[in-house]
Amino acid sequence: MTQLPLLTVSDLRTYFYTGAGVARAVDGVSFDIAAGETLGIVGESGCGKSVTALSILRLIQRPGRIEPGSRILFEGQDLLTLDDAGIRRVRGNRIAMIFQEPMTALNPVFTVGDQIAEVARVHASASRRDAWSRAVEMLTLVGIPAPAERASQYPHQLSGGMRQRVLIAMALVMNPALIIADEPTTALDVTIQAQILELLADLQQRLGTSIAMITHDLGVIAEVASRVVVMYGGEVVEEARVETLFAEPHHPYTEGLLHAMPRVGRRQERLAVIPGNVPPPTAWPTGCRFRDRCAYAWERCEREHPPLYHIGAGHVSRCHLADEPERRTPKRTAATATATAVSVGGGPA
Amino acid sequence: MRRFILRRLLHGVAVIFIATTLSFFLVHLAPGDPFSSSLESLATDPRVLAARRAAYGLDRPLAEQYVRFLTRLVTGDLGPSILAAGPAEDALAAAIPNTLVLMGTALALGLIAGVALGAWQAMRVGSRADRAVDTASLVVASLPEFWLGLLLLLLLAGKFRLFPTGGATDYMHDLMSPGERIVDRLRHLALPALTLALLSAASIARYQRAALLDVLPQDYVRTARAKGLGERQLVWRHALRNALVPTIVLVGLSLPALLGGAVFVERVFAWPGMGRLAADAYDARDYPIVLGATLVGTALVTIGGIATDVLHAIVDPRVRSR
Amino acid sequence: MRPSRFDAAALHDASVPAQVADGGTIPPARVAWRAFARDRSAVGGVILLLLLAVMAILADHIAPYNPRTLLDPIRLKNVAPSLDFPFGTDQFSRDVLSRVIHGARVSLAVAFLSVIAAATVGTAYGAIAGYIGGWIDSAMMRFVDALLAIPRVLLLIAVATLWGKVDVVGLVVLLGVTGWFGVSRLVRSLVIGASEDEFVTAARALGAGHIRILTLHILPQVASPVLVAATLAIGNVVVIESGLTFLGMGVPQDTPSWGGLFRDGMDAYTAHWWVPLFTGVALVATVLAANLVADGLRQALSPRQLPAR
Repeated sequence: MTQLPLLTVSDLRTYFYTGAGVARAVDGVSFDIAAGETLGIVGESGCGKSVTALSILRLIQRPGRIEPGSRILFEGQDLLTLDDAGIRRVRGNRIAMIFQEPMTALNPVFTVGDQIAEVARVHASASRRDAWSRAVEMLTLVGIPAPAERASQYPHQLSGGMRQRVLIAMALVMNPALIIADEPTTALDVTIQAQILELLADLQQRLGTSIAMITHDLGVIAEVASRVVVMYGGEVVEEARVETLFAEPHHPYTEGLLHAMPRVGRRQERLAVIPGNVPPPTAWPTGCRFRDRCAYAWERCEREHPPLYHIGAGHVSRCHLADEPERRTPKRTAATATATAVSVGGGPA
Repeated sequence: MRRFILRRLLHGVAVIFIATTLSFFLVHLAPGDPFSSSLESLATDPRVLAARRAAYGLDRPLAEQYVRFLTRLVTGDLGPSILAAGPAEDALAAAIPNTLVLMGTALALGLIAGVALGAWQAMRVGSRADRAVDTASLVVASLPEFWLGLLLLLLLAGKFRLFPTGGATDYMHDLMSPGERIVDRLRHLALPALTLALLSAASIARYQRAALLDVLPQDYVRTARAKGLGERQLVWRHALRNALVPTIVLVGLSLPALLGGAVFVERVFAWPGMGRLAADAYDARDYPIVLGATLVGTALVTIGGIATDVLHAIVDPRVRSR
Repeated sequence: MRPSRFDAAALHDASVPAQVADGGTIPPARVAWRAFARDRSAVGGVILLLLLAVMAILADHIAPYNPRTLLDPIRLKNVAPSLDFPFGTDQFSRDVLSRVIHGARVSLAVAFLSVIAAATVGTAYGAIAGYIGGWIDSAMMRFVDALLAIPRVLLLIAVATLWGKVDVVGLVVLLGVTGWFGVSRLVRSLVIGASEDEFVTAARALGAGHIRILTLHILPQVASPVLVAATLAIGNVVVIESGLTFLGMGVPQDTPSWGGLFRDGMDAYTAHWWVPLFTGVALVATVLAANLVADGLRQALSPRQLPAR
């Protein structure tokens, strides 16, 4: 691929300065998104994926701050150096965002059509009538029946799935180059979830939009993403093409995530879990941030913070196992791993 | 929407009816009657008093008095006023517009100032300006109406002579030109309205600030920001409209208290409104006026309440289906 | 220009777990108390109220003069504030400071007692309505709605007109009888909310009777908001009582009260500004203190303050 990527996030660091200390929510994250591709960003709550998404559009509020040294290149500009007017021209226009909770993401006192039309009025200085017809057009595009009537309705009159479609419609008004979808299906039930994902995939094909799909659900990743970034502890811990990730995961965390997915047809008495909890972002562990929960960790993991090792074509992993693959023998079962995680520092190698 | 308005109107009628009945019985359950305690009565021959009581129908059973009361009320007849030497309803009718002007002006000023101030504060929350205004509004909102009125009267009318000291018009009013007359009326309205407006503005500002601070972190504000809207647009279009809702509800609920405050302010500034009439009627033991004022006050509050409910439904569409 | 709140979602992923120091076993009452104690203006309000209360109780000992004594009707009338008379004297040569101190006694007592009466009646009424529900609830609340629509001051004037002179006890009763409506609505909605809570269903399933459920489970939830409302009401009632006395229909003339002081001072307020001014300061101090305490209570008791996250 000789084409320049559409979006390049380079060493993004977003810290929150709270009374309890500095929370390093995003601590040196880098990735690209190419035109027309869907990048999946996956991880547990607390790993920094939502903050990453919000940072791209500079939606971080006090006491959070995007640290100097971070760069976000998009269509030839560093978004972090734009002035207020500049970033507002990008938001909703060139990069659009879809949020997690359709219930609360829409303003209850304005009609759905008004809120969609607003995008056109703000960015294209469209007249009220033109903006309104564009809104109806978008509602048709996302598959809402009787779009003209629906546009005059208020959010509380729509179902959850329909509200999410409205949010997608709102994102598409200006035909953005990139859509950031932050857990767009988490708040919906499974059947609706499938419909929404299908819609997104279909739209991408038709319009050629890039999508950054943020989720904790590997199933969603499997369905829509072409490449995946796995985040943990505010960092990227693995990046690969989706097929590679599922077939040959390298990082122990990715392994854990895959094992934790209950699979139909597989006999299991207990759901596999990754032992321990995500550490607080005010106090990331030294060395490898996953070591307290990792089945393979040894003393190097506490001493030395692993860089992103190159595993294969387009596949990187932040794990010393890339350097010492013979260490990949489980030293601990789930039970002992929990016990060790409690006593800080890890056990003997 | 039309059904909503209809329902509220019916509710209002029911409320006025119940309130009327309650007022009647509450007042009649009190010991004594209009003739038992005034000095004049003590000096009068008991037979004359009895005749007067009969004329008012006060010797009849309570239920019968109530029916007579209602039937008279429907025609707008409140009874003869001792104070005004004429029908009570006439005296009230002359006074009501003045109170409406006073309250209306105060409410309008207070709302505009309060909402703007609350929004201004919310956009700078935590700053020194915000905290200073917060303290000031707390103090102002705690002031009794008659005290603030007296203070303003003392300073602005007494010491600095910027405004007249009372009444609604100057004694030379009728001799003035139309332009001068308007100015004269405004000058007389200024201080009483300002007193009430300051108090309203202070509590509305506090409320509005809190409501806005509740709304600003909401998800839909973030969505709007992600759409590329500027901060000013966010606050004034998206956030404020939602934050106005509790303020509107508050205003509706505080109408009775506002009317009560007007009573005191009218006394301090000798404003010829319903409140002053009621207070004077108390001094003269003028029962028809006092009861009439109560009923009119209730009606005004109820109408105001319906108006705010309708406004609420306009601003917040979720309410319409309730 | 930006509000300093956290962006809720941003923090969702950077979740900083707020740990309660001892692992989360502190009872909510203690937590609320600590939160209240840390709020300086609320504590200030409490101190102020206590000072006023002490002043009222110990009035006889604190006041430099007898509030009703005409000290020297010829030479000492209308004296401006001085060292001898910090608040000056009124047109009857009575010491204003002593009158303000004694006035606190009447005004605070009336406010306190009537608020207690109103809160009790309102809580009972609202609890019954909310608990029983159905058409009884609707009827009861429709009744209260009507009562709420009557402007309180006008109603008080109307009743006072027929009662003739109202003494202090009568005033307390009147204020109490006209003040319970708001509380009943508040309690009713709280009780309805609490009745739907699952632990009430559980208690019922275990065979608890209605009285037990009401007193043990529901009323404790009601206590804090009612306390906040009652505190606010004290400030409110002090003002209303003073206003009524100012109009001539509250506390009888000879008893010193703040409203009475105002009324006396109205005659020559321009020349003798100290009477209304100092009385007003006392009034404002009371209302301010009540508001501060109520604000502090509301914040300390609101669920947002409890470290549930």
